[in-house]
Amino acid sequence: MKTNIIDIAYLVSAIMFIYGLKRLQSPATARKGNQLAAMGMFVAVVATLFVQSILTIEVMIIGLVVGGGFGAFLAKRVEMTGMPELVAAFNGFGGIASALVAGAEIARFMAPNAADLMGGAFMGSIDAITISLSILIGTITFTGSFVAFGKLSGRISGNPVSFPGMRFFSILFVLGAIAGMVWMGMNSGDFAAADFVNEPIVQAALGIAIVGCVLGVLLVIPIGGADMPVVVALLNSYSGLAAAATGFVLDNTALIVSGALVGASGLILTNIMCEAMNRSLFNVLIGGFGGDSDTSGPAGAASAANLTVNSTTPDDVAILLSYASKVIFVPGYGMAVAQAQHAVRELADELGKKDVDVKFAVHPVAGRMPGHMNVLLAEANVSYDLLFEMDEINGEFDTTDVAVVIGANDVVNPAARHDKASPIYGMPILNVDHAATSIVLKRSMRPGYAGIDNELFYNSNNQMLFGDAKDSITNVLNEVKAL
Amino acid sequence: MLTNLIVFILASIIGSEVISKVPQTLHTPLMSGSNAISGITIVGALVVAGMVGDPWAMYIGLAALIFATTNVVGGFLVTDRMLQMFKKKE
Repeated sequence: MKTNIIDIAYLVSAIMFIYGLKRLQSPATARKGNQLAAMGMFVAVVATLFVQSILTIEVMIIGLVVGGGFGAFLAKRVEMTGMPELVAAFNGFGGIASALVAGAEIARFMAPNAADLMGGAFMGSIDAITISLSILIGTITFTGSFVAFGKLSGRISGNPVSFPGMRFFSILFVLGAIAGMVWMGMNSGDFAAADFVNEPIVQAALGIAIVGCVLGVLLVIPIGGADMPVVVALLNSYSGLAAAATGFVLDNTALIVSGALVGASGLILTNIMCEAMNRSLFNVLIGGFGGDSDTSGPAGAASAANLTVNSTTPDDVAILLSYASKVIFVPGYGMAVAQAQHAVRELADELGKKDVDVKFAVHPVAGRMPGHMNVLLAEANVSYDLLFEMDEINGEFDTTDVAVVIGANDVVNPAARHDKASPIYGMPILNVDHAATSIVLKRSMRPGYAGIDNELFYNSNNQMLFGDAKDSITNVLNEVKAL
Repeated sequence: MLTNLIVFILASIIGSEVISKVPQTLHTPLMSGSNAISGITIVGALVVAGMVGDPWAMYIGLAALIFATTNVVGGFLVTDRMLQMFKKKE
């Protein structure tokens, strides 16, 4: 009876998760959808508390209060620009929790009274392998997420880090993990009241945890800052798979269903990101591609000597924008770094008052996580129906008077269309060069993360407005107001 | 085991169908929201931490419970904060 109730409760929460995610298909219903999913989680937790034989209720309350308080604190305090690293950190927490649950499961098998707890102290080889898998994925997610967190928040260099023999090292660790899993499978069986520390299962589990932690670091450390959207999405998928693996360990449907949902979600996002960069997942994971180069550097150091660049001033830009009939803004990571989103929104409002048709074009990999630009613009109160995806808006650049690129670079480089030698050849780009005039806000002429020159900058109808994006936009805004 | 595998595969298919229709605008909230759902490990942590008998299982379970609860509560709250900002203006 008890198990029936709990299974039905888990079914209900799984349905709530699915419909909650479904409502994320439109910004109008999305908030309700998230609340529905949260309710689903509440149902699952209450059912578990209610039905399990709870004799250590204090422990549970401590856990729920401490974890809940900490989570709420982080969620309230974070700046919208810090969202990528927060998501990475939460991913890490989810991963380590899955690994720990699997570890605790071993301790339960080994408890002196395991026969009472588990209805038997026998761990089959399938149990052992699912436990080891759960520990492995969980620990990889944990350290991988925290390396990503470090890179995104600037605590670790965003440049790809690698050392000689790194790939060999990684392969060695993967083999080690497989060996550990086989070892656990072979040593499974009946071991009630065994000596804890000398038990091969425990040693193998600890070994796998250490290997997983190292692999997580090795997986993320060679990946450059601008490839982070892919990594964050992939780690998101791992955290789901870790939960699903734990569900196999505990024979728990709620964990399996939810883990599968999240795993699928992360993989879809990973795939979208890779397609938007025209690179395979394998290519991204091998790493070594680009760093933080766009975020710093001296101004005005043109790299191609015999090409000229048109430089412009805020008042010229203001005149150009004010008398345009259609303007498209193209935000990129530079906008996030400069925190320019509020100034951009004010400028868009001001132009709207002058009957300029203003739109925003967002490339799928702009920023450091999927949808990063959209969140920043939403925070600045830009109406979401002004934000357009690449495929929706690319045809409109031909009829656009001015395209304003704010801190984006490779996603507007026309070389991707025709220059077969370019590392970004084949990557879908925003057709900024089709607009009558393009204006690029940039700190310097330094190349973007792909490390290549941007042809757009040398076009005769392109003008560069050098300086910090926020300052530049604010100056333009003041000039527009003065007109 | 086989039943679990069937459930896993079906849930993955439903997940792919539902999530592939989420617009690019909402990809960040989708990530943080689904991330909160992956905190469902909280249920497993409760089961383990609530078991009596073995102190090791309890300590590890408690640690897992704290991490999972942080993930769940923080994830849903921050997603709500973000979604609140997505407004349509006239």
